[in-house]
Amino acid sequence: MAGIELSGIAKSYGGVEVLRDVDLAVGEGEFVVLVGPSGCGKSTLLRMIAGLEPITAGELRIGGRRMNEVPPRGRDIAMVFQSYALYPHMTVARNMGFPMEIAHRPKAERAGPVARAAEVLGLGKLLDRYPRALSGGQRQRVAMGRAIVRQPQAFLFDEPLSNLDAALRVEMRLEIARLHHRIGATTVYVTHDQVEAMTLADRIVVMNAGRIQQVGTPMDLYERPANRFVAGFIGSPTMNIVEGTPVPDGLRLADGTVWPAPLGARALGIRPEHLHVAPDGDGAGLRAEVQLIERLGSDTNLFCEAPGVGPLLARVHGDVNLALGSSVVLTPDLARLHPFDAEGRRVPVGR
Amino acid sequence: MAALGRPHPALVAGKYLALAAYVAFALFPLYWLVKIAVTPDRLIYSEGTRYWPSAATWDNFREVLGSDFLRFFGNSVIVSLSTAAITAVIAAGGGYAFSRFDFRGKRLVSALLLLTQMFPLLIIIAPIYRIVASLGLLNTLPSLIVTYTAFNIPFALFLMQSFFDGIPKDLEEAAMIDGCTRMQALRKVILPLTLPGLGATLGFVFTAAWSEILFALMLIRKEESMTFPVGLLNFVSKFSVDWGQMMAAGVLALVPSCLFFAFIQRYLVQGLTSGAVKG
Repeated sequence: MAGIELSGIAKSYGGVEVLRDVDLAVGEGEFVVLVGPSGCGKSTLLRMIAGLEPITAGELRIGGRRMNEVPPRGRDIAMVFQSYALYPHMTVARNMGFPMEIAHRPKAERAGPVARAAEVLGLGKLLDRYPRALSGGQRQRVAMGRAIVRQPQAFLFDEPLSNLDAALRVEMRLEIARLHHRIGATTVYVTHDQVEAMTLADRIVVMNAGRIQQVGTPMDLYERPANRFVAGFIGSPTMNIVEGTPVPDGLRLADGTVWPAPLGARALGIRPEHLHVAPDGDGAGLRAEVQLIERLGSDTNLFCEAPGVGPLLARVHGDVNLALGSSVVLTPDLARLHPFDAEGRRVPVGR
Repeated sequence: MAALGRPHPALVAGKYLALAAYVAFALFPLYWLVKIAVTPDRLIYSEGTRYWPSAATWDNFREVLGSDFLRFFGNSVIVSLSTAAITAVIAAGGGYAFSRFDFRGKRLVSALLLLTQMFPLLIIIAPIYRIVASLGLLNTLPSLIVTYTAFNIPFALFLMQSFFDGIPKDLEEAAMIDGCTRMQALRKVILPLTLPGLGATLGFVFTAAWSEILFALMLIRKEESMTFPVGLLNFVSKFSVDWGQMMAAGVLALVPSCLFFAFIQRYLVQGLTSGAVKG
């Protein structure tokens, strides 16, 4: 197993730059998730680590060795594709043993690792089947089995769960987490699903428009997003952002309410779960009208409209006794306000 | 509920009736070929329009097999098989390149290949004749193999390209990560999946070369290197046509085509790539 270091990595196609200034160090045994909207360059970055895309500038090291010019087969990595990429003319067993077959390991030597991986993934009875006779989840497992069998330096996952239905996705997510726990392999995992990122990652790399926006543990990103992009991308439902005019003790919103903010702040973010909802008449605060109620059982989402300020989403525990159109007062948890400056960067609190 | 349940029996019957009518229409010439081939000479004109002659005979076949026809037949086999094999190899290589790589001049080459398909063959027969003559290849089988190969490559290449396009790129990439070189990935993963395409291409080129007559007529004058379509014309003499033998030869000429397709049909089965990736 080995760490992966990227320094100053850039990628352009012709004159179009799709990635720039990517610096990232993935520690040995670390699970790093690259997350971002489609087209942000996360898959390209992963393919560059795999050797499927040439690196325009910068240096890639795996296990301390420079890899820029090494073809994929020399990098000793395994990759799980979104499409599974199983070889349709080979049985499950041969699919999983294929890397060893190519390495000219004798047949007898291959059977052991394949059987063990099949055992771990619950594929024992399917070894003689062809991929076409498997369900989506089973194919995904075979693809993972093929990666495990070779005991590579690092695992790369390219949106491995995107083709599965919701229930199976949760199940496979757990499976991947369990597998990582068990094998402890260095892993780079690409997804556009922030829930996958939050639940699987040791560290998350948030990307947008070809640049890294922030790197940190899931809770880091949740509690201290570096900018408005990260704030909006991490956390579900999305963080509310309200703009205001700076006044001596904070930011004055359009309706006159003042929320505390440090110097330089032009906007404040507040997560739906940190917005308190009180029936109208209970003192001062931001007044809003409830426009839509989503009851999820454990929680309730209240979509409110504050005149002049804009739409705000509040999430409360359990059910609420409110009707559509009723008026409420919203108060933020002051310790959980995220101040951002005019460029959208986080303003450090604690003057 | 009729829309959801079984279709009305009359509709089913109608469908099969229409299919049967089409098949009968399509196969009637073949039936006529066989019928005349077994009709004795003396009955050909007197019983011309009967569906089956009052007496059948193998005489026509016997005479055909005893004549030069076997040599024509052999020549045709050599020419068609060589053409199919060479074309398939070149088309597979070119199709792969067209499907997987971006290179300078790709669009130009592609346009030129398409352009060659637009000329009526008739207008380039003379130049081809001159070229072959100056190469000293007149009256040889290689002259036919080379010309047929040249004319079949564009279509075969586009055919192969579409088959390669149907194989996901992920598979090669997975193979290369699993330790293959590009050539190994091609041989171990892509080639086995292209067999249906290769089969179709071989079949197409083989039949095209097998039944070609225009160039065979122009480029070959000597009996010993004639192919069978040209040989068939030998049954037409100045004053009469030997219908019976001509048809017998025609029936025999169908045999290799049928054998060839029987051989490659298992590769033509679609769905070999299913299960590779989620569609």
